[in-house]
Amino acid sequence: MADASYPDELLYHPEHDWARIDPARPGEATLGITWYAQDALGEVVFFEAPSVGLTLSKDEPYAEVESVKAVSDVIAPLSGEIVAVNDTLAEDPQLINEDPYGEGWLVRIALSAPAERDALLDANAYSAGLGG
Amino acid sequence: MPSTPRRTSLFDKHVAAGAKMFEFAGFQMPVQYEGVRQEHMAVREDVGMFDVSHMGEIETSGPRALELLQRLISNDLSQVPVGGAQYGVICREDGGVLDDLFTYRLDTDRWLTVTNAANHERDLEWWRAHARECDAGVEDRIEDYAMLAVQGPRAREIVRAISDAPLPARMRAASHKLGGARVLVCGTGYTGEDGVELLMSPADAPALWDELVRRGATPAGLAARDTLRLEVCFHLYGNDLMIERGPIEAGLGWCCKEDTHFVGADAVRMVREAGPAEKLVAFAIDGPGIARQGNPIAGGGVVTSGTLSPCLGIGVGLAYVPAERSAVGTLLEIDVRGKMRSAIVKEKPLYRKGS
Repeated sequence: MADASYPDELLYHPEHDWARIDPARPGEATLGITWYAQDALGEVVFFEAPSVGLTLSKDEPYAEVESVKAVSDVIAPLSGEIVAVNDTLAEDPQLINEDPYGEGWLVRIALSAPAERDALLDANAYSAGLGG
Repeated sequence: MPSTPRRTSLFDKHVAAGAKMFEFAGFQMPVQYEGVRQEHMAVREDVGMFDVSHMGEIETSGPRALELLQRLISNDLSQVPVGGAQYGVICREDGGVLDDLFTYRLDTDRWLTVTNAANHERDLEWWRAHARECDAGVEDRIEDYAMLAVQGPRAREIVRAISDAPLPARMRAASHKLGGARVLVCGTGYTGEDGVELLMSPADAPALWDELVRRGATPAGLAARDTLRLEVCFHLYGNDLMIERGPIEAGLGWCCKEDTHFVGADAVRMVREAGPAEKLVAFAIDGPGIARQGNPIAGGGVVTSGTLSPCLGIGVGLAYVPAERSAVGTLLEIDVRGKMRSAIVKEKPLYRKGS
């Protein structure tokens, strides 16, 4: 696992999830868990992707990631409907550890309330909250 | 439980090695270093080393020591020669399990029992309460010992290289000099691999740790200790053993010798004769998913330990199920946080060398 990193271009939820909104497609977001979350969890050994079409509500769990020793809820940073899931994680769940912001993305959603993004944190604010 | 978690004499070594620490039974212990799977495989294929200094020790001594231990422990300690070791449980009068533990016969009238950290104080009180009827010396030795478990196919080789004498065989214990330190070397373990457990003065532990790391031991945390023991179906007190259940249903009838009249023997005999209502079985999930402690089983029963087996690559665990559904091959449906997962009752151990 690489060192801690919190890319500037992402938005963060305090429950250790990130959202990437491509300026070219402002109605969609890609979601995943942060470096901190995967590090706390340890090696991810199981991720069962939710189904395309599932509706996510901001702040509610929508999936689970499991390490050898624990299972952890994944919280939706934004509301929307799943339009794509990362199928490669079924075979290679450790991508969530190795590349949490890239190959380890979890789902892509069509946003149902785009203004919710204003409630999310930037990288500085999120990483400052990890201090303790 | 003390408000400030205690540190073992190896705390600084763990931190320096990059361990994630967590609180367990009042101690700050390493849960993992580099990663659970890598540590697990190091033990299966090479050699791993665990700090288990949180475990407690009770020394029982004097002419009536054996009599006291026969009363406390389910197994028959009269069969243990000096330098021998034996596993057993301690029970309440109703047969409920208070702890499971190894006892080493250090001398004719001197015995050392290794307790589970979370049970140590309760065990000690139990020992002392019974010593009132059966006058033997009972000494709390938890502060006097650090404990390292060196486990894996190469464990004996690296320990032998620094030992002043050949190592004791399995289920034997002997006092040796390792490097400059006086160490009780025990041919026991909790991983299903060959290896030794080392008991020594806490002051001697850091140098011994460094020496064994230099000789190739991979530091391994309590998370790997748990996956290793679960693959070979060793019980973990607090998960698979508890006051509310007896040794027969846990599959520990083999270490209960009712004729020794240990506390709880009558209750254990009754269950043995009538047959237990539930039995602890090993299972493997058929398909994806990992069952966890507390997951209920359709038709009755509950998972007491569950993880992903690093060697088998599937979800495995131990569960209490109704006796009539405990046969190998029985299909179980486990409610894993709202999702039903199929599992199959398997033979113990779940993992065998070379399988």
